[in-house]
Amino acid sequence: MTAATLLSPLFEPGFFSSQPVQVALAVGGIVAIVSGVVGVFTVVRGQSFAGHALSDIGTAGGSAAFLVGVSTLTGFVVFNVIAAGVMELIGIRKPRGRDLATGIVLGASLGLAALFLYEDTVSSSTTGATVNVLFGSIFTLPPGITTVIAVLGAVSVALIAVLYRPLLLSSVSYELAGARGVPVRLVGAGYLLALALAVSLSAVTIGAILSTALLIGPAAIALRVATRTGVAIAVAGVVGVLACWVGTLIAYDSTVWAGGNGWPVSFCIVAVIFVLYFVSGVVSRLRTGGQRRATKDQPGAAEPAKAA
Amino acid sequence: MFAYFMVNAWEAATIVAIVAGVVGFFTVLRGAAFAAHSLPNGAFAGAAGAVLIGANTIVGLGVFSLAGAGMIAGLGRRARSDVATALTIVLMLALGDLFLSRTSEYAPEIYSLLFGEVLGVSTSKLWPTIAIAAVCVAAIVFLYRPLMLSSVTPEVAEARGINTRLMDLAFLVVVALVTTMAVPVVGSLLIFSLLIGPPAAARSFTNRPLVAMGLSVLLALVTVWAAIAVSYETNLPIGFFVGSISAFAYTVGRGWTAWQQKDRGRRHGRLHPATVAGRTGPGAPNPAVS
Repeated sequence: MTAATLLSPLFEPGFFSSQPVQVALAVGGIVAIVSGVVGVFTVVRGQSFAGHALSDIGTAGGSAAFLVGVSTLTGFVVFNVIAAGVMELIGIRKPRGRDLATGIVLGASLGLAALFLYEDTVSSSTTGATVNVLFGSIFTLPPGITTVIAVLGAVSVALIAVLYRPLLLSSVSYELAGARGVPVRLVGAGYLLALALAVSLSAVTIGAILSTALLIGPAAIALRVATRTGVAIAVAGVVGVLACWVGTLIAYDSTVWAGGNGWPVSFCIVAVIFVLYFVSGVVSRLRTGGQRRATKDQPGAAEPAKAA
Repeated sequence: MFAYFMVNAWEAATIVAIVAGVVGFFTVLRGAAFAAHSLPNGAFAGAAGAVLIGANTIVGLGVFSLAGAGMIAGLGRRARSDVATALTIVLMLALGDLFLSRTSEYAPEIYSLLFGEVLGVSTSKLWPTIAIAAVCVAAIVFLYRPLMLSSVTPEVAEARGINTRLMDLAFLVVVALVTTMAVPVVGSLLIFSLLIGPPAAARSFTNRPLVAMGLSVLLALVTVWAAIAVSYETNLPIGFFVGSISAFAYTVGRGWTAWQQKDRGRRHGRLHPATVAGRTGPGAPNPAVS
């Protein structure tokens, strides 16, 4: 029995030869890696709300782009970079106040989105635009988008790589970083720019739901099992790609058992992420339990230092 | 503008604004902006699910927003609250997507749940709104002291025997109720703006909690009334006006705070350079934190 026949019950016919699926896997993989890298810092800095809000704020850009006739991606990127700038300008460091500033920007942007979407529906009488901008669709991407996504994703990851050390220091301890002469505001602004790019490209291609899911989910999972940031970033990337691909496969296969009307990709990927999240919780609990037992056996053994 | 068919709209908006002003004060105080965004936004899944099984939309919204509140509090025990909230909204939205894919008749209603249909509020929709609004305000009055203490100084609250985790959950349940009440009439976008903008602006003008709460209700009322009036005249969506007026109010509030601080500095006379330098040190209160 060959591997192909063993695996054939898992993969419905046409999964590997279908072009939409290939594009979905490629774009999903790129987006998952970029989101994983940026997401670890998002979770460490406690800026999940900004990460999620940008995917919604981009909706205003997307609907404005529809109105003036430029590409949706351009609209998202322009709007999100501006929004990130405004959030940084309001410049509140305490998480509570920072979420508030994010909320104000989000509220105003959603108001603009309501206006633009209204104009869109008036000018072209489609409500489909609303749904598409909100949920995205990984199976209807044009093949040419892969290159653009790869370039933007690379810019975002490069930004994180350049900022890596000062960003890590200022994320863990703002005061310490400031005392060491790290330009904390500038580093924070650079990080927000990377976040705005990462969220724009994920929100446009896979929709607002999956954008947040792939930004926060894999990073939260990775930070539960890994203690060092570098390892956590690698784990987040792998988990993100895995969740994305397995979820896409389940969605593709589901068209068979659900009688033609398949399950949405977003739901399948989110379900995989949740399963992995709970598994990682069990893993980290078992591990800390084991460590506690080990420390009890060897009195004087130092508790392992946690990175984040 | 005050025609017969508009009466329900004015009444619904007024009720929602009062509740949003009161609950929003604590939302801002607790920095719970993400939860205030997630519950109304994710609850649409409940409405979609209700349509799927033929149940009442409000029941679906209620069940889902309460479940969401429970999930944020539950996941928050072992993760940071912003991560817990992000995971919750993602799951709720994904379930909504799943429910929508199972039915073909629902899609246009997403728009109305997101952006509201305050001009189309029927009298039968008004009664549940009034009832749940009364419950929300009563809950805030009842929880006022412990909620206040656990929001401002969690450590002191714990020392006095207040269960802060329970307060977290209680507050999230109130936000879930506000969601159930407001989303069918004004939409998730509008209720979010009202929970954040007017209360945040009100807090910039005063430090006294009850005054701030009153001011927040007043600002919320002015915001919705002005938004309905302008929307009626211009035929543009209400959500746009509520969003921009809220953001404007917050900007004015921040400007007021900055001006007050500068003014206070001037009134206290010229400061010695050393004092000024000392104030910018790590121990100095950060004026940007509100």
